[in-house]
Amino acid sequence: MSSPLELAGARPGPAFTVTFDGREIEALPGQTVAAALWAAGITSWRTTRGTGRPRGVFCGIGVCFDCLVTVNGRPGQRACLLPLQPGDAIRTQEGTGHDD
Amino acid sequence: MTDRPRLAVIGAGPAGLAATVAAAAHGVRVTLIDAAAQAGGQFYRQPAAALRAGRPQALHHDWRTWQRLRRALDAHVRAGAVAHLTDHHVWFVERESGESGRFTVHALLGPEEADAVAVGADAVLLATGGYEKVLPFPCWTLPGVVTAGGAQAMLKGTLVVPGRTAVVAGTGPLLLPVAAGLAAAGVQVAALVESAAPRAFLRRTRALAAQPGKVAEGAGYAAQLLRHRVRTLARHTVVEAHGIDRLEAVTVAALDGEGRVRVGTERRIPCDTLAVGHGMLPHTDLAGTLGCRLDGLRVHVDDEQRTDVPGVWAAGEATGIGGSALALAEGHIAGRSAAARLTGSTPDPQEWAAAAKSRTGLREFAAAIESVYAPPAHWSEQVTDDTVVCRCEEVTAGTVREAVAQLGAGDLRTVKLLTRAGMGWCQGRICAPGVAGLAGCELTAARRPFARPVPLGVLAEDHPQPTSRAHTHPTDGGPS
Amino acid sequence: MTGAACALFAARAGLDVVVVDRGPVAGGTTGAGEGNVLVSDKEPGPELDLALLSNRLWSELAEEFGEFIEYEAKGGVVVATSPGGLAALERLAVEQRAAGVVAERVDGDTLYGLEPHLAPGLPGAVHYPQDSQVMPALAAAHLVRAAGARLLTGRTVTDVLRTPGGAVLGVRTDRGDIHAPALVNAAGTWGGEIAALAGAPLPVLPRRGFVLVTEPLPRMVHHKVYAADYVADVASDSAALQTSPVVEGTAAGPVLIGASRERVGFDRSFSLPVLRALAAGATRLFPFLADVRALRSYVGFRPYLPDHLPAIGPDPRVPGLFHACGHEGAGIGLSTGTGHLIAQALTAKTPDLDLAPFRPDRFAEEAA
Repeated sequence: MSSPLELAGARPGPAFTVTFDGREIEALPGQTVAAALWAAGITSWRTTRGTGRPRGVFCGIGVCFDCLVTVNGRPGQRACLLPLQPGDAIRTQEGTGHDD
Repeated sequence: MTDRPRLAVIGAGPAGLAATVAAAAHGVRVTLIDAAAQAGGQFYRQPAAALRAGRPQALHHDWRTWQRLRRALDAHVRAGAVAHLTDHHVWFVERESGESGRFTVHALLGPEEADAVAVGADAVLLATGGYEKVLPFPCWTLPGVVTAGGAQAMLKGTLVVPGRTAVVAGTGPLLLPVAAGLAAAGVQVAALVESAAPRAFLRRTRALAAQPGKVAEGAGYAAQLLRHRVRTLARHTVVEAHGIDRLEAVTVAALDGEGRVRVGTERRIPCDTLAVGHGMLPHTDLAGTLGCRLDGLRVHVDDEQRTDVPGVWAAGEATGIGGSALALAEGHIAGRSAAARLTGSTPDPQEWAAAAKSRTGLREFAAAIESVYAPPAHWSEQVTDDTVVCRCEEVTAGTVREAVAQLGAGDLRTVKLLTRAGMGWCQGRICAPGVAGLAGCELTAARRPFARPVPLGVLAEDHPQPTSRAHTHPTDGGPS
Repeated sequence: MTGAACALFAARAGLDVVVVDRGPVAGGTTGAGEGNVLVSDKEPGPELDLALLSNRLWSELAEEFGEFIEYEAKGGVVVATSPGGLAALERLAVEQRAAGVVAERVDGDTLYGLEPHLAPGLPGAVHYPQDSQVMPALAAAHLVRAAGARLLTGRTVTDVLRTPGGAVLGVRTDRGDIHAPALVNAAGTWGGEIAALAGAPLPVLPRRGFVLVTEPLPRMVHHKVYAADYVADVASDSAALQTSPVVEGTAAGPVLIGASRERVGFDRSFSLPVLRALAAGATRLFPFLADVRALRSYVGFRPYLPDHLPAIGPDPRVPGLFHACGHEGAGIGLSTGTGHLIAQALTAKTPDLDLAPFRPDRFAEEAA
């Protein structure tokens, strides 16, 4: 059993902590929001504004806007594109993300 | 600062890189503008630098070509002939009015895309690439269902996988490397589900025989799949995804000769990931706004890769889906042509005869691929009325069908106006093929004046002054 | 939209109706409109009378179609950006009230109660509760459907069939003739072409307008909010670009931002300076919009006649020919009144409004 990090011979720097809905998760330097959430076993971080259904990564390259997420209070960011910084606060984006 | 003319190349994938290198080697200054943090595009997407991957080639095909391009780019950047602007998300290319013929490329900076910058150029080369086409099926909006290309992009770029057990499904040449890549990265690939028939390839032997490299590439992936014990289900399709709040399983079924699901062949495959794709579509928004002629869904170009708008070239997937090798050939030709014309000479096609020959063969190959890999002819019959088709606006198949049957909608734009399908964040990029199929109308290129969302504050501010040479992020471009 | 309304009112007056369009439903200016049903932007006169009639008819249709056509009697707020502007606005409101418009002066807490996110420090505004909105494409499609009319889309009228005496017999299309004793020209910006085919010239010209559409938001803008200079732009005769901010939230979420007016023929190319001016105007009225993203923009062509009034009613030059076009930027709002008046004219009833100011042949003398 291989992991993608092993496969690519990655030697990232030490992991740092970010939060997802208040809960601490670990992220590696260079990881996007989506990558860190996937690595933590989290696959959805948005609910739709019509029916409140969960969504996460779909296209993975910034085209579909399904992975929109609120980071450090700013809504509507694409999790698949946005790299994480230590201490970032990721929040599930509900509806338009502008509701509060 | 010299008076050498400046070419703006938009997109740093294979086409844009080949164009940049070719143009810079022939006397023009190039501003290479790209949304990613590193060159490579989707095909040569690099792991984030901070992940310090020692063996990125383990995730790639044809690494040598990439190394050659990368070295050439680096040399031109060092020599000052190329400015490579990373993290620049282009939202509009403006052709200055009057006789100047100059262009201003408007971009948003950094991953936040909040601040603006404008880059001036004498000519523009669009190497905007493509994105994946995915047709809808029941519950395709469940988390865990990702595009095949998306799974690959996440793997190549950030060295993560979406889950433990995956089904790779749809149609097209991308599915093989995606399945092989996921398997190599430790994902159990439960099945590769391809709706095309393998026998169709044999009927295309001429185009195949002309591309031994492509055949070897395919054989290599097939061997990897065998090694990882991935079973391939040809002439099969995914008819439904299952799960409550995330994917738990998919139902796959065999297809008959007409492209309909064979009743009784349905079987359920447990999985936490479905990587699905039905081919690729070109990014043509910037070209469309510049007024370039489109042939169907792709940018029209002549033998020199010129569009019909003076000063605008295009190359790669934007001019028709054909893969990285074709993109390299087209990019090279476009770069040579632009360099010659910008320096006031008439280009001699003999100088790029090899690339032109390769382009011809690869376009034939692409046409053969396109005819072989087709979604099931009757895919839309599997789409239930309650299936969400437009993911952004949550428009169901039933609503689309009603707009057609009851309100007289007969084209994509009218369906959009009457249902909101395609009005959301992605502006119909994802749902248009599905909506067109359900409505029984032609898939046409949409007019999207903004290639990506742009903050009104950025739009409202006076022009940031166009810069010809912005090697670093300017700090004076953004709104305060 | 005007054609759909004519079809509905004519069908309800007992006529058998065929709707012919060279494009799809709502494929022309209707599909590029915001769906304004306004009384606030009109000075007293025949257009305001038509607007008041139309406004009442829309609210009646809303009982029947409301949800399907996203009808919303949200009201308009016209904001003055200077004390002088406020005085002019109040003078207009006084005249409008005399004509039957409900117009309430609002300022301070009342204004910010109506629109909490407006820029601070604005001197005042006038609130027009009658202003409404519909989703124009849905409205057109549902009205045509309710009319029970035969809908022939993708069919181009190539000629108008007439008797030797000149009366209308029907139309020739690229796919066959359609016979009818009466022809209603509701071709909007392209109404001049139909008029010419019928031998009764009508100088309809296009005035280009862009609309910016934002990402979906919760309701942050509650009314149709625009700056007082919009009224002047609407009435203006200038060919040059004019932009005055018009901002409104929609039931679907996005905020719509207009309005620009230019006379540039049928040029569909996107003009960044125009879009910048729209964004600048909107962010001045609502500063929070600066961080909100524009997802798209669309362009349309308002049909206008030289005196900025529509052509409504029978054309005395060609028996059987009726016109219902040239409503400039108010076609959605004015469509119901127009359809109603056309149906009355078609059935030889006395129209509810005097059609004299809308006479289709009123430009003939000038040309001659």
